[in-house]
Amino acid sequence: MSMPFYVSPEQQMKDRADFARKGIARGRSVVAVQYAQGILFASENPSQALHKVSEIYDRIAFAAVGRYNEFESLRIAGVRLADMRGFSYDRRDVTGRSLANAYAQTLGAIFSSGGEKPYEVEIFVGEIGTEPGADQIFRLTYDGQVFDEHRYAVMGGAADVVGTYLEEHYVEGADLATALRTAVAALGHSRDERGQDSDREIAVGQLEVAVLDRTRTQPRKFRRLRAAQLEDLLATR
Amino acid sequence: MGDQHLDPTGARLPGAYLTPGSSSFAEFVAAQAPDLLPGRRPVPAAAAGGDIAPHGTTIVSLTFPGGVLMAGDRRATMGNIISSRDIEKVFPADEHSCVGIAGTAGLAVEMVRLFQLELEHYEKIEGTTLSMQGKANRLAALIRGNLGLAMQGLAVVPLFAGYDLDAGLGRIFSYDVVGGRSEETGFHAVGSGSLFARGSLKKLYRPDLDARRAALVALQALYDAADDDSATGGPDVSRRIFPIVHVITADGGERLPEGEVTTLAEEVVAGRVLRPDGPPARVEDPTGREATTGGTTEGDLR
Repeated sequence: MSMPFYVSPEQQMKDRADFARKGIARGRSVVAVQYAQGILFASENPSQALHKVSEIYDRIAFAAVGRYNEFESLRIAGVRLADMRGFSYDRRDVTGRSLANAYAQTLGAIFSSGGEKPYEVEIFVGEIGTEPGADQIFRLTYDGQVFDEHRYAVMGGAADVVGTYLEEHYVEGADLATALRTAVAALGHSRDERGQDSDREIAVGQLEVAVLDRTRTQPRKFRRLRAAQLEDLLATR
Repeated sequence: MGDQHLDPTGARLPGAYLTPGSSSFAEFVAAQAPDLLPGRRPVPAAAAGGDIAPHGTTIVSLTFPGGVLMAGDRRATMGNIISSRDIEKVFPADEHSCVGIAGTAGLAVEMVRLFQLELEHYEKIEGTTLSMQGKANRLAALIRGNLGLAMQGLAVVPLFAGYDLDAGLGRIFSYDVVGGRSEETGFHAVGSGSLFARGSLKKLYRPDLDARRAALVALQALYDAADDDSATGGPDVSRRIFPIVHVITADGGERLPEGEVTTLAEEVVAGRVLRPDGPPARVEDPTGREATTGGTTEGDLR
């Protein structure tokens, strides 16, 4: 009779974390940038149909990197949770914080339960308030940790490099065009082996951009920016 | 399921939320929290009688080239009592459609809320909007869910209208209490004053109206309904309460601003002072050709 190998809990968690991290690092980055009128989400995504950024509720958006099937099921769960809450109480009672909590609990439980494969995803839950000070970006990792991000946030493959660029170039209270240019430049930023900048220009057709826009008159503040709009915005200086 | 749906925070998302399945919110609620659905609550066996809850009254809708509009009076009644003078009975369902309600107001408003959410939920999950017929069919399904209550005398009869982006025109759908749906051509009215409103629409409607004159026709029809039906409210000049008018074109829908409706309603009222029965139809011109080519002035509709 063979004895199963003993694996220490520390090792087990480390293995699971490595597994999830590797999966996430394979994909392109997603950035969220706060600007004067709301929050902008941008990502390099050649697909027009499979979104990384989506609407959850009036003032709440969702962005994710990693395995599509896993974050898609989280997205749908978020839409269901938000709609259910808004239907039983009121639209104002749906908050990004409670959604982030539900995601954190779910991801945490899946990560630490032995029976399930950890999710290879990282998530943003963004929510805008009536003024910029009330805007929030939560970043959730594969193990259920929640980070309350300010000004900008990055996740996915080249998060470090993209984050460095944003750290240097982020402008507080920028308008939409400036925020978009910063975000797109950050996504295309990279360094070669010698540490020199070797930035790429990302074509408009390869971008997926959406905003939570406070100035929209409709209660639903989420809006996708199509290729034509992106071109216009990127052209303005 | 208990009250799990009310507070899933602080706990892992229930398995059903993460399970792939229907894009319909109503179906999801039916499985997860059926007690939240209007038609799913147990009702006593005895008939409720006519006037335990406020009833909404008259809704009219008509198409015009490039769009459709819907208007509703502001009265709700309970038997012989006016229970509300400023109730709203026309709601946007989504960007390109709207729904007006007649019947038991409380249930109808709840049904509208569910219907709005149904369309939004589908849009968010699928990333695209339902077709016009798809929307109309979903509303029929919701009405069917209310059949038990309708049999108790708590019926809800909506009118659904919207701009069909595929076909490029405004369309109107009417329903009966069992959820039977039929598409109407040109114009339609529902509610207690609908007989009079429809008669009025029949005489005033022309397929070539512009949005402004279509709104005038709708207000004239509501005036005629209020004139002969005690449950329909006319323009309340002293309290400044006027009908709600929702206009939908290819660019989307909007509720006509209060100022604009006030001006139109005052025009109608001023016309009725001169001729209480409203604008006359022309008997000597059965085709209406003369009216459309030669003499269509706004004065015709006043």
